[in-house]
Amino acid sequence: MAPNPNSEFILELEKVSKYFGSVIALRDVTVRLRRGEVHCLLGDNGAGKSTLIKILAGCHRPTEGTFKVDGEPVALNSPCDALDRGIATVYQDLALVPLMSVARNFFMGREPTRRVGGVFRLFDRARASEIACDKLADMGIKVRDPQQAVGTMSGGERQCLAIARAIHFGARVLILDEPTAALGVRQSANVLRIINRAREKGISVIFITHNVHHAYPVGDSFTLLNRGRSMGTFRKTEIARDQVLDMMAGGLEMQKLMAEFGVRV
Amino acid sequence: MESQPDPRLPGSSTPGPQTAAAESQRPETNGGPAGPKVVEPPPGAPPPQPAADERVRSLSTFHRVMGRPESASIAGAILVFVVFALTAGDSGMFALDGVINWSVVSAYLGIVATGACLLMIAGEFDLSLGSMIGFTGMMAAIPPLFFGWPVWLSMLLALACALFIGWVNGTLVVKTGLPSFIVTLGFLFILRGLTLALSIIFANRTIVSGIGDLAAQDPVVRFLFSGTFANELFTWAGKHGWIATLDDGRPLVRGMPKVILWWAFIAIAASYRLTHTRFGNWIFAVGGDANAAKNVGVPVRRVKVSLFMFTALCAWLFAMLQVCDVGSAAADRGLQKEFEAIIAAVIGGTLLTGGYGSVVGATFGALIFGVVQIGITYTNVNSDWFRVFLGGMLLVAVLFNNQVRKRVTEAR
Repeated sequence: MAPNPNSEFILELEKVSKYFGSVIALRDVTVRLRRGEVHCLLGDNGAGKSTLIKILAGCHRPTEGTFKVDGEPVALNSPCDALDRGIATVYQDLALVPLMSVARNFFMGREPTRRVGGVFRLFDRARASEIACDKLADMGIKVRDPQQAVGTMSGGERQCLAIARAIHFGARVLILDEPTAALGVRQSANVLRIINRAREKGISVIFITHNVHHAYPVGDSFTLLNRGRSMGTFRKTEIARDQVLDMMAGGLEMQKLMAEFGVRV
Repeated sequence: MESQPDPRLPGSSTPGPQTAAAESQRPETNGGPAGPKVVEPPPGAPPPQPAADERVRSLSTFHRVMGRPESASIAGAILVFVVFALTAGDSGMFALDGVINWSVVSAYLGIVATGACLLMIAGEFDLSLGSMIGFTGMMAAIPPLFFGWPVWLSMLLALACALFIGWVNGTLVVKTGLPSFIVTLGFLFILRGLTLALSIIFANRTIVSGIGDLAAQDPVVRFLFSGTFANELFTWAGKHGWIATLDDGRPLVRGMPKVILWWAFIAIAASYRLTHTRFGNWIFAVGGDANAAKNVGVPVRRVKVSLFMFTALCAWLFAMLQVCDVGSAAADRGLQKEFEAIIAAVIGGTLLTGGYGSVVGATFGALIFGVVQIGITYTNVNSDWFRVFLGGMLLVAVLFNNQVRKRVTEAR
């Protein structure tokens, strides 16, 4: 789909609700993703983040409300529909195979081929290695050897590989599901850098996390979810990190906890 | 918490993962004090960047050779050859007829090991492989002998049956998510029982002989499976006295058994498919992590089912060659071949858990198997020891493979 430059927002969820039987997973949530921004979705466990991702990724259809891509309402029936529109989701499990090489993982399921003798279509390994290295270098990751197994890479490098792969295969919108959840401080910083790189390339990013310290440095706007409802969207200029922290359910809890422990807040 | 990352800062300029290798690949480290560590300074290499590449490569060549799945089995094969050359070198084991002897044993096993190996890399087993050999052999032998079918037709029917059973095996496994171990164990008994029952019904005995002559009369079958090829070459070599001949001047070994040609063909085709095609990449992906593979669009089910069918095809090929060679079909043919095939694949470096392995390795695994099984009869050692050796070899291979897997998946 050709991007429609007239719309300010690349993705819009308007008053979206999702019910599973009697459970209200999301109610009247509005999220608008500007072109080329990093939009952080913050919320504690059970806030409805996963449901929201699944709606954006095409796994679920909203019970109520509209989902617009480039300003036009769409009905995504499958993750493939979302991919066709350039919406790529990098889940927490990353869909990488540790025993396979970087190049083989990068092109898993979408291998480049070349014809030999007009009959055989072969996996073009040289080109796969080259592209994989180039694209990772673009994201600031130097691969020692494109034949090295992904299992030998660190968690952060793997995350970056998955992101680079999504971008290479045409992502305009990148949905990152808790990309820093299992990582240490340095690794997380690398992933945040990659997110920044993606933004510089003009890719819009939805960054799901429950860690304000990760979200605040890289985010342009923040949507806070709590118990299935949106507590509003804020631009970075409008809100300070501590305010974000306070608005999250966790912030209040932490304050209570600290009070309980006798720590002066 | 780190400070806000500077957008202009390239990601690579901070130390990423804290491994020595990652550190050392940074160009600035290479240019400086790390310079002397470069094993082979690239002749006239321009800026530090290619120099860094050069160094990484020279470091990893050894690592890569060691990390390849087949390297252990190649080393094992060399070792086995050396041992037999020392202990049985003058016994005729390495004369042409001896070589043909163990090559044929290796070739039969190599054909089914190739199928088992691909299936194992995709993360599944086929325990019905041995029974499939007996079953398809019987299916090919009974119709020509008792209903007057042409041999090629009965062989084609046997092939169709084999592919169908392979499809059923695979479909059951992928649809139910049950372990292939248990599903194919079921077929191990079903097929063996069917083979016995059918041979008793039609022939009233468990060995059906006479099919060899019929097969030899069928031009297609004879061309594909019977006897030897390159006979002229062997006769010519015999005339020149390069190979042993009988008293009447004919060569002792009349030609190369066709099973060896088939082995080479199957192994090369499968190896090429595995390493050089999209489908090969899918095999690795499916065995490595079926869920990840599914999420990126690999047709996991299709890959697995087609490999079950390929394994069945290998078993069929084994049976056809054996029926033509021996001249009969028997209900106990292919007994334990499923285990031997798995052993050959494991010795060849294929992981039992899937996702890693090579056909080249399985080929050398089969070669080791054949050389030891036949070679031991050329020595003074009682051949009962063959199984002891085999089991020991398997354990060593599994332990070694486990190390390889650890190095590949856990090294940081």
